[in-house]
Amino acid sequence: MREIQLNAAIAALLVSVAFWAWIVDEPFFLTLCTRVAILGLAGVGLNIALGLGGLVSFGHAAFFGIGGYAMGILASHAQSYSPVMEWPILIEGTKSMPIIWLVAICSSALAALLIGLLSLRTSGVYFIMITLAFGQMLYYFAVSWPAYGGEDGLSIYVRNSFPGVNTLAPAPFLVICYTLLGLCLFLSSRLARSSFGLALNGARQSVDRVETVGLRPYTLRLTAFVISGAITGLAGALYADLNRFVSPTMLSWHTSGEIMVFVILGGVARLYGPVAGAALFVLLEHLLGGVSDYWQLFLGFMLLAVVLFARGGLIGMLVRREVSHD
Amino acid sequence: MTDLILETRGISKSFGALKASQNISLNLRQGEIHALIGPNGAGKSTLIKQIAGSLQPDSGQVFFQGQDVTGQTTVERARLGLGRTFQISALAMEYTVLQNAVLGALGARGKPFRFFSPVMRDTELLAVARDALEQVGLQDHAKTITAELSHGQRRQLEVAVALTLKPRAFLMDEPMAGLGGGGSKRLTGFLDGLREQSPILLVEHDMDAVFALADRISVLVYGQLIATGTADDIRKNAEVRRAYLGEEDVA
Repeated sequence: MREIQLNAAIAALLVSVAFWAWIVDEPFFLTLCTRVAILGLAGVGLNIALGLGGLVSFGHAAFFGIGGYAMGILASHAQSYSPVMEWPILIEGTKSMPIIWLVAICSSALAALLIGLLSLRTSGVYFIMITLAFGQMLYYFAVSWPAYGGEDGLSIYVRNSFPGVNTLAPAPFLVICYTLLGLCLFLSSRLARSSFGLALNGARQSVDRVETVGLRPYTLRLTAFVISGAITGLAGALYADLNRFVSPTMLSWHTSGEIMVFVILGGVARLYGPVAGAALFVLLEHLLGGVSDYWQLFLGFMLLAVVLFARGGLIGMLVRREVSHD
Repeated sequence: MTDLILETRGISKSFGALKASQNISLNLRQGEIHALIGPNGAGKSTLIKQIAGSLQPDSGQVFFQGQDVTGQTTVERARLGLGRTFQISALAMEYTVLQNAVLGALGARGKPFRFFSPVMRDTELLAVARDALEQVGLQDHAKTITAELSHGQRRQLEVAVALTLKPRAFLMDEPMAGLGGGGSKRLTGFLDGLREQSPILLVEHDMDAVFALADRISVLVYGQLIATGTADDIRKNAEVRRAYLGEEDVA
């Protein structure tokens, strides 16, 4: 089987499960599918930094959480009819998804730029630690910031709106999430094969080579980190909308670890790797979570097996690494 | 002088007590091949690194096309037109041969920040890359994964990637190493013609190639430049014979 066929099969499976759940009217499974799409999207973001750029970021929860809080802050002001700020310019809250997404993308991209500027000066285990530290800084900030619920988080009573779509029902919201995931997968596959992708992936393989041809690894990596953070931020906004709730948990290092687990479980640098990983994660959580509270122990064993015996993850087990000739 | 492309002025570099470069001044003129030879551990690679920009000299300067580039990074020197090949291949091993060459062409063109169109369908870059592969004789291996190449072929690919940069000067660290007799002859012939395009500062252990190619030869021993001259000068130089040729191989 070729990777592109496997990807199509994964996409078809996700769509048919959702379709089945819609036909038999099982909103719970629709929600599971939505979770897969959103968590997968967060992983697609991380995969650009981790898979393509070789940047092991242990702080992507920062972007996921910033996206979540972008939604939470804007929506909570809209539901209390109070402006976000009045000075120097008046900013009102909003319940409009497109605006919330845009704010989530821009603010997580900005955070990724600032975090990347500093952390990309290091590499290896120091990079892992410094991204972790930035993530935890934001986590503790959110915990101790009373204006938006602090430790308790922030509830939004009604899901945000999208023009022409009834987002209160699970199915239309699922369609929105699937569409955004599909769009980001498409953009990410184009990026991997673009000039930028060639240079970025080249810098992962040999810094000397890329410098010798006159390209700056630092700039390439910073750009990748920003794009990566922006996509994960968008996923964060959707995740908060799915739960109608945002809390500091979204910013904690557990979340960073989970996003990384999706990527590794599914297959690092594989286009559909994060989606497959997120699907497996949600499935295990659903199947084993009912049996035992310690279901993550099984997840740990699976992760161990993947890291030890199947470096290509789920996708890598099913298809061989192919050479991209075009 | 305008025909001095590359010049080092009194470069010194120490690692603790080890003086790897001691007040080294040498230059590369337009249209020549200048070979740098010396026994193992003489400091050839250290010197090359300082010229390429990956190592800062403790004192002294590097001039490239009349410009002081001592404070500039590898990337900046590469953009000015310094094409380097590595002693230990620094290639993207997971890429195909063609992808490595395209990466070179992309670096030469600049503008890597294009996120949407497939780079391996960029006819402009492909033309430059294919041309370079053909010049070194790797055109039949375009689709081979670089990690699967022999050591000699990797050297050829190093040279091909340097060619895609259309550099103003080449810095080649043992391009012949690992090549068989035939491959070595072929590359010798190729470098012979290349000097017209851009001059080459060549570090090489293959003495046949050095004496066949070099317009001038510099001999480095224990971090010191003990002689610079034509092949004949070097052959006759008593100090060189004692310090270097005598030890390994009397030509």
